[in-house]
Formats: sequence, structure tokens, C-alpha cells
Amino acid sequence: MRLLFLPAIAGLLSFLVPPAARAQAPDNAELLNRMKAMEDRIQALEAEIQALKSQPGAAPAAPEAAQPPNAATAQAQAPAAAVAQGGAQLPVYGGANAAASKVFNPDISAIGDFIGSAGNPANRYTPALEMHESELGFQAIIDPYARGDFFLSFGEHGVDLEEGYITFTSLPGAFQLRAGKMRAAFGVVNTLHNHVLPWVDRPLVNQDLVAGEDGIDDAGLSLSRIIPAPGQIFLEGTAQVFRGDTEGVFRADRRRDLSTVEHLRAYRDISESTNLSLGGSFARGHSPFVNAENQLYGIDATLRWKPLRRAIYRSFVGRSEFIWARLAQNGPTTTPFGYYVSGDYQFGRRWFLGGRFDRSQRALCQATAPLTTTPTACVPGNLGPLIQDTGGSMVLTYWPSEFSQVRGQLKRTHYGEGLEANEFLLQFIFSLGAHGAHPF
Amino acid sequence: MTNAYETQAAVRGVLKLGGSMFKRLQALSVIFLMIGAGSAHAASKLNVVTATEDLAALSREVGGDHINVDSIAKGYQDPHFVEPKPSFLLKLQKADLLVVVGLQLEIGWLPPLQTQSRNSKIQVGANGYLDASQFCKILEIPTGQITRAMGDVHPLGNPHYWLDPENGRHIAKGLADKFSELQPADASYFQQRYADFDKRLAAAEKGWEAKMAPFRGRKIVTYHRSWPNFCDRFGLNVVDYVEPRPGIPPTPSHTLEVINTMKRENIKLIFVEPYFDLRTPNSIASAVGGDVVQIMPSVGGVKEITNYFQLFDYDINLIANAFNKVK
Repeated sequence: MRLLFLPAIAGLLSFLVPPAARAQAPDNAELLNRMKAMEDRIQALEAEIQALKSQPGAAPAAPEAAQPPNAATAQAQAPAAAVAQGGAQLPVYGGANAAASKVFNPDISAIGDFIGSAGNPANRYTPALEMHESELGFQAIIDPYARGDFFLSFGEHGVDLEEGYITFTSLPGAFQLRAGKMRAAFGVVNTLHNHVLPWVDRPLVNQDLVAGEDGIDDAGLSLSRIIPAPGQIFLEGTAQVFRGDTEGVFRADRRRDLSTVEHLRAYRDISESTNLSLGGSFARGHSPFVNAENQLYGIDATLRWKPLRRAIYRSFVGRSEFIWARLAQNGPTTTPFGYYVSGDYQFGRRWFLGGRFDRSQRALCQATAPLTTTPTACVPGNLGPLIQDTGGSMVLTYWPSEFSQVRGQLKRTHYGEGLEANEFLLQFIFSLGAHGAHPF
Repeated sequence: MTNAYETQAAVRGVLKLGGSMFKRLQALSVIFLMIGAGSAHAASKLNVVTATEDLAALSREVGGDHINVDSIAKGYQDPHFVEPKPSFLLKLQKADLLVVVGLQLEIGWLPPLQTQSRNSKIQVGANGYLDASQFCKILEIPTGQITRAMGDVHPLGNPHYWLDPENGRHIAKGLADKFSELQPADASYFQQRYADFDKRLAAAEKGWEAKMAPFRGRKIVTYHRSWPNFCDRFGLNVVDYVEPRPGIPPTPSHTLEVINTMKRENIKLIFVEPYFDLRTPNSIASAVGGDVVQIMPSVGGVKEITNYFQLFDYDINLIANAFNKVK
């Protein structure tokens, strides 16, 4: 197509050049050079048009306006041509058109989490129908050195910054630094947002010992590093320091009451389809009950199976976490322990079936999340005797598409106060916009 | 190049030396120099990680033994759904160059890997990040308003563009230029290999086109929208899809529509990628007296496809045989 222009351009040029000048022309080489330059210029302009058309929000492209094979070359030529024409161009601030102004907008997403509950909740009440959470996400690359992520959580009673942090991606020595408010790297469930959990609720051990849904989620700094290890083992160490406020677990009355979290994770592919991840966690912070230190210890294991050829139809995730707490009080330290074991099997492209067994001790006067509503006579600074909660759940999940899911959970719990809860939870999760993928 | 055997031999030599401390230090410095030389040579090879096997195959064509190449996705897995496993981080951490398909094909799994890789060279916009789609002819760029009601649409166009050999040629050229930029000392080697690839591809294209010529204009149904570039190049006409919308599994009503369309238009072949379930395509094929062809969208889809040429050899043979069978 472009070659058809060339004779016409050549004719035009020869017409514009006076006869005398034509006679003086040294040879055709210069003319050919100029034609070549004009062709390059046309290509550059075409590439610019294509680039503008391909921008979201730009005018619809004609069907045949697909990017030409040599667009990259042409695009590369465009700035050179611009510089050749007018020298170095100054940056233009403001005045950009609407489409250009959206280019640097962050990825914006909204995720709705609706929960309906039926049956007897015993002493941990949750509403019958609840728009449990609406999560707004804003994620973007900040500059060549960092990216930023914000997750605002709208509950029925207010707004909370669930996470908001900057991640420095270009530090030397294989380090990664994160600063802001974030979910602590304690175990697995504590790091997960509601919409990526394989259940409607969180395990009893998290409800009783690790502040439930909010978990250890605090303002602080996180430094992590991939540690060289033999045998194709992925080893990552993370050290975090937080302000020290986690409802019912840590409280910072003074600036020095910082809490810290350390996590070591080892991962290995057992085969192409199967992998195993093991983790160890430690957290410490100032007790909310007395002027002393609380500590949490955790180990976690996750076994995953996903045959690559049938990855969209079949998978299994088995997971378990064991958590020990050392909670200071007036008198001897109390040491509750809890764990869960779960398995989730994908048996169709859109279908998942799972089960979970929970067991957790807690001190009778210890705050749980959701709150335990049994009236108990508690003395401040005294957590009371240890009691044990035990529960089991069956979960069925259906994904109408990648962007929505419906989940039913049948749950039976025996609470340490001697109460039985039998509940059915129904959950709808729906996602709008561009929500970035979560880490593995 | 210093290999492990030579290093061990040097170590044994040192042990035999015994004697003065000076001699030991001298020998140790020789070992360090040798190890240094070995690692310097290793460092002289570009470490390239690609999102898919196809990009890895094209990288091998151009980079030869002057690069190390690893692919994240396997050729027989759905490239839309790859688990961002930490083991990939070990590869990405050492990469000099990350080559991606782009057009949001990897949006569900690659960004967290890049962020966690701790490798500034391969972050978006850095010199070691290459989006291969910029070199290619992209089809099915949506026009007008796009919503998720259309399924899992790619707003920047169809990302299965490597299935036109002409695009393969452009990707290879882009790779040769990028390798040359990152490793100028080997630029002539990379350009020479590209020229050779270009020549071999041109010859192969003639054979593929001749083989597909009898079937130009034939209508087919495909499972997913993986084949627009392939069909555009080889003159096949995709009339319908087994998926009612991209990424949405087949529904009974849509399956019935596909059967009616195939009967009405006398379509006999359904192309299915290796990672999709064959039950619905098989039932459609049996209802219309047709056949299902499990063709490979990527290098490594089956064992015998180990390079970019074999991908087209395999698929075109399969398609030609299938058309001849159903007439």
C-alpha cells in the first residue's frame, strides 16, 4: 500500500522542484533519500494513530486497523522523527485529553461479600443477612522502584483501611521492603483477604487466638528476602515490625510497645502437579491485659495438587495450621493451643467441595472475633481458665464465572461453655474491575 | 570454559602441593580465578525467562547457545490460568530478560511473580521486560463498549497471535534486537541466527501454505478463541465456538445452537485445545457426524513438538488429515 504512494510522492516532488533546479540536481540519490525519509515519516504517523486508537476509551478502530507488523519499528522511529523536526521536546503538563489522563489511573476493583446465616449460632452471633464487606482496591506501579496497593474495607458499620502499602521491588541483595498497613505474615489464613478464603468464616483457632477476621493487621514495616537453599527449595524469610495494636492480642500503650512478626517459608515442587509449602511463624507484642509480653507461635503446611493438563477442572488443596499462644495475665501465663485441618477438592470447572476440622483452646475471659456473648464474670488482668472449642464444616462452592462465586457452608460447633451451634452460611462474592492477582 | 572436572582437578593439585603457605595461597588464588572465569562465562549467557513455551522456542532459535531459556507455562497448560508458584521466583530472580505474550494473557498470575522476584531488571518498563505483542499483527481488538457480560474478553486484542508464522518472524526479530541490545558483543551472532531462522521459516511457510491450500475457505468451530491468527493466515473460517463466551464453559442451550449451526452450514470439524474437556465437543461432533481435532496451540503441547516449526508441522498435518477424513 505504502509503495503505491511512492511514485505519486516522487511525481509531486519533481513537479514542485523548478526545471532549473531539476537540471542542477546532482542525481536521483537525494530524491530517493527524501522519499525514504517521507516514507519513514508516514510510517511513524501511522504508528502514532494506531497507538492512539489502541488506548482504552479511544475511538473504535476500524476492523482493518489492526496493528501493522512493523508497528514496533515505526513506533521506535516516531520519537526520533519528532526530535529531528523540532529538537528535544519539553514535557507537557496538563491539557492532555481524557483518554491520556486515564492511562496512569491505578487498577480499580470492588469486591462484594454478602453473607446470609441461618440456624443457631450459640454464643457467637452473626446477623441473618449482612453485606459483610465491600473491598475497594487501588493498585498501580508508583515508579521504577516501587508499586502501591490500597485495599479499603467497607463494613456495615464503617470504613477501615484493610491494607495500604508501598512495596520496593528494586532493592539490592534480593530484599523486598514494604511499608504501610498490612496483614502480618503470621501463618497462612492471617494473610488472606476474605474473598480468597476457601470458607465463609475463619477457623476457630484464628477467631480465638489471632483476632479473627481482622487478624494481625497493623501499620509497620516488612522486610523479606529469598534465602539461597539447596535442592530447588524456595526459602523466604520475612521480618516485620508493627505499631503493636491488634484487638485482643497486642496493645501499644507506649511507642516502645512495638510488635514483631517473623516468618520462614519453605516451598518445593514435589512434581509438576504437586507442591508442598511449610512455614513457621512467631509474633510478639505488648499484652492488652497486663504490662507484659504476649507471644504467638505457629506452624503451617499446605499441600497442593493441580494436574497441568486439567488445571482448570481438577485441583486439591490440603492445609493445616497449628498455633500456640503465651498470654500474660496476673498470675501464671496461660498457654492456649489450637489448630485446623482442611481440604478442598475441585471436581469440575466451576465446582469445589471442601471440609474443615477446627479445635482451639481459649481462656474463658479472652476476647474472640466474632465476640463470644456468653456473660462471664471476669476480673481485669485475669483471663480465666482454659476452655476448648471444637467444630467441623462442609463447604460447597460454585463459580458462575471467574468473577463471582456462590458458597454454602454447613457448620457445627461445640463451644467450651458447653453450647452447641448448628449453622448454615450462604455467601455471594462478586468482583468488579481489575483486581490484581494475589501472591501464591 | 572452566568445568567442574577441571576445578576438581585443580583442587586435587592444590592438596598435592603441600609445602609452603605461599604455594597454597597461590594455588587458592588460581582456583578462585578459575571459578571466577567459570562464573564470568556463565554470566556472559543471557538468562531469559518467557511466559510461554512458544516465546521460549523463538528465543532458542535466535539466542542459540548464547542464552539460557526457561518458560513458566508449559505448552499443554492453559496459559490464562497458571499458578504463580514460588519455584518460578527462583528463575525470575536471576533473569536478565522476561518475555511476555502481553495483551493481558498473563494478568492473572505474572504480576505477583514480578513483584516478588526482587529483580528490578524485569519489572514493567525496565530494560529486561519485553512484551512480544508490540511486534505483531493483533486481531480481534474490541470496538465499542466492553463489559464482563462478554465473558473474559481481552480488551487489547486476542493474545494468541503467535499462531501466525509471520508474527513468529516479527517476534524473533524483536528478540534478536533485544538480545543484541542486552549483550552487544553477541549482536552479530543473534542477527545471524535470526537471518537463518527467517530463511528456514520462509521455506517452511511455503510447505504449510501448500498443504493448507486445498482447505482455504473451509468452515470450522473452535472451543476457545485461540485461533484467529492461525485461521487468518491459512484461510480457515471460524463460524462458532463451543464456549458461549470466552472463558465461560459450554451450556446446553449454546451447545444446541452450535449443533444447529454446524448442521446448517455443513461444518464437520471442531478444534479443541489440549487443556479443555472433550465431552461437549465429542457430543457435538457425534450429533453432526463430524470430528474433534485436538490441535496444539503451543510448543510442548505434545512431546514431539519441541520447536516452533514442529508446532505448525504437527497442527497442519492433523488438520489436513482431519479434513481429508471428513471430506
